[in-house]
Amino acid sequence: MSSLTASPSHKKTTTAQDERVGKKSTLSILLGRPEIGALVGAVALFIFFAIVAPVFLSPASLATVLYGASTIGIMAVGVSLLMIGGEFDLSTGVAVISSALSASLISWYFGLNVWVGVVLALIVSLLIGFINGIILIKTKLPSFIVTLASFLMLTGLNLGLTRAIGGSVSSPSIADMEGFQSAKAIFASSVNIAGIDVKVTVFIWLAMVIIASWILLRTKIGNWIFAIGGDEKAARAVGVPVVRTKIGLFMAVGFCGWVLGMHNLFAFDAVQSGEGIGNEFLYIIAAVIGGCLLTGGYGSAIGGAIGAFIFGMANKGIVYAEWNPDWFKFFLGLMLLLATVVNIVVKKRAESSK
Amino acid sequence: MKTRKNKKTEELLEKLEPKTSDNLLTLKGVGKHYGSIIALRGVDMVVDPGKVTCVLGDNGAGKSTLIKIIAGLHQHDEGDFTLHGSSIKLKSPRVALDAGIAAVYQDLAVVPLMPIWRNFFLGSELTTGVGPFKKLDVQKMKDITKQELSDMGIDLRDVEQPIGQLSGGERQCVAIARAVYFGAKVLILDEPTAALGVKQSGVVLRYILQARDRGLGVIFITHNPHHAYPVGDSFLLLKRGRSIGYYSKAEITVEELTAQMAGGAELAELAHELEQLGGHAEELAEAEAGAAAK
Repeated sequence: MSSLTASPSHKKTTTAQDERVGKKSTLSILLGRPEIGALVGAVALFIFFAIVAPVFLSPASLATVLYGASTIGIMAVGVSLLMIGGEFDLSTGVAVISSALSASLISWYFGLNVWVGVVLALIVSLLIGFINGIILIKTKLPSFIVTLASFLMLTGLNLGLTRAIGGSVSSPSIADMEGFQSAKAIFASSVNIAGIDVKVTVFIWLAMVIIASWILLRTKIGNWIFAIGGDEKAARAVGVPVVRTKIGLFMAVGFCGWVLGMHNLFAFDAVQSGEGIGNEFLYIIAAVIGGCLLTGGYGSAIGGAIGAFIFGMANKGIVYAEWNPDWFKFFLGLMLLLATVVNIVVKKRAESSK
Repeated sequence: MKTRKNKKTEELLEKLEPKTSDNLLTLKGVGKHYGSIIALRGVDMVVDPGKVTCVLGDNGAGKSTLIKIIAGLHQHDEGDFTLHGSSIKLKSPRVALDAGIAAVYQDLAVVPLMPIWRNFFLGSELTTGVGPFKKLDVQKMKDITKQELSDMGIDLRDVEQPIGQLSGGERQCVAIARAVYFGAKVLILDEPTAALGVKQSGVVLRYILQARDRGLGVIFITHNPHHAYPVGDSFLLLKRGRSIGYYSKAEITVEELTAQMAGGAELAELAHELEQLGGHAEELAEAEAGAAAK
């Protein structure tokens, strides 16, 4: 199968369109996209907040909304890919904190340059992903159970190790350590655009979405991700390296966790070891609202980004509209329900026989 | 295994191909057990280029186990599996594919939500560029998919549509075309007609002959002798994990094949049983009596 040269007919292929396929209208192409439901929702929500809270439209507010979206969106990139690959990860929320704590505690305890801690934290994050993946493959347990276990273990490790090493529930400040300022410039600075301070995470987020989309749609690995999420047995039968792809996806989630963890650390100078619990659901919600099927095989990285943007808008919009933020979670739940229903309809149409 | 049937099989092997090393693929006394359960035992068979070998058997006869061994999903525990004259044990489907053995499965041929062209090239994608900028050669893959499918006589409107939207027969055909394109020497078809209607089955049978005429050795698994007989060159019958016969087309008729498969005596017994449960004659008589009473 590897020898493409064996193909007998490498004739001049016709690039001409089949006459039975009319030029698809832009609308029907758009309606076939996984993120369409989320896009409509995002536009509606944007208009809604623009009307009820005019301050929402000011550039400074938009920068704030985008920042809020980016802190969810960076993780949603990895979580979306993983979900398209047919798995999901409940340990992401605390894994972000684990990464931040590793960087902080390692450099503080050994008195090293902060960058050493940053690099070691990357290794820790990738290792968490690797371990999640390898346990999933070896035990054949559902990812719900495997990552629920790692969620609990990481929660315990975060608290236990932080207290054991630093003597407090919060990691010690590393603000005066070598390398802190340069790391802060990379992970937690602001970029001034036309007088508005935009957090650097917004740009990191957008770059990650673009790279993830490219991987998903234009590389072999992307093809494999869709395949293992869509039908793992079929993928294996045609020679897709299922094990490597799955473990790679968990490690990609680990990488995203590292990026966000570094931001959390350098935005301040210390990390609360008990943080992060519950955030894993926000990332999953962003991916699902963005059109990723919980059952795998369908979705997009851009969808996850739109999901995160909806989250950012709802989160900050409620504040700008001066409502009681108690209602926020209600809206989030409603949005999730609507998005999932839309997704089911889309999937049915895609799968339906002629 | 020194049964009469095996001797017969050996004779047949001699007859079919005097020089055994020229055979594309041969199995000799191949067996497989899962723990204490013997799924397959003492199976002999030969696959030649441009010939269709049919494997027939009822549910649980060991057909699936046999093809899983040939396709590299499972490894045999006993016997000898030779490809191009050398003995092998296939570790994974990937290894089997690289050796030129491609399997098309009834239920897991394709990923339904993915476009046809992505399915066609899945696991063997074409790329352009180097290093981190290596990307899929989308246009070329779409063109080849369309061309290959039309060469097989499958005329598709749009290779971008999800393969789940195709009919069962069309999906099988895409999978067959894919195997042919990627240079398969041996093509295993697992019950390709089982879930199909009469017309769709005919379409698939035609593609089997197309693949054969391209010089592939085809292994056609089925439990329908009426599908197997018209396209097959030789027939392996399995029952309870054992070979109960191996015939060339000249040696057997479709009636004999059917009888062998069902086990002649069992079939007669079944007919008798069904008759006892009430044939149409009795019901008709009852209905007529009811109508007369009114």
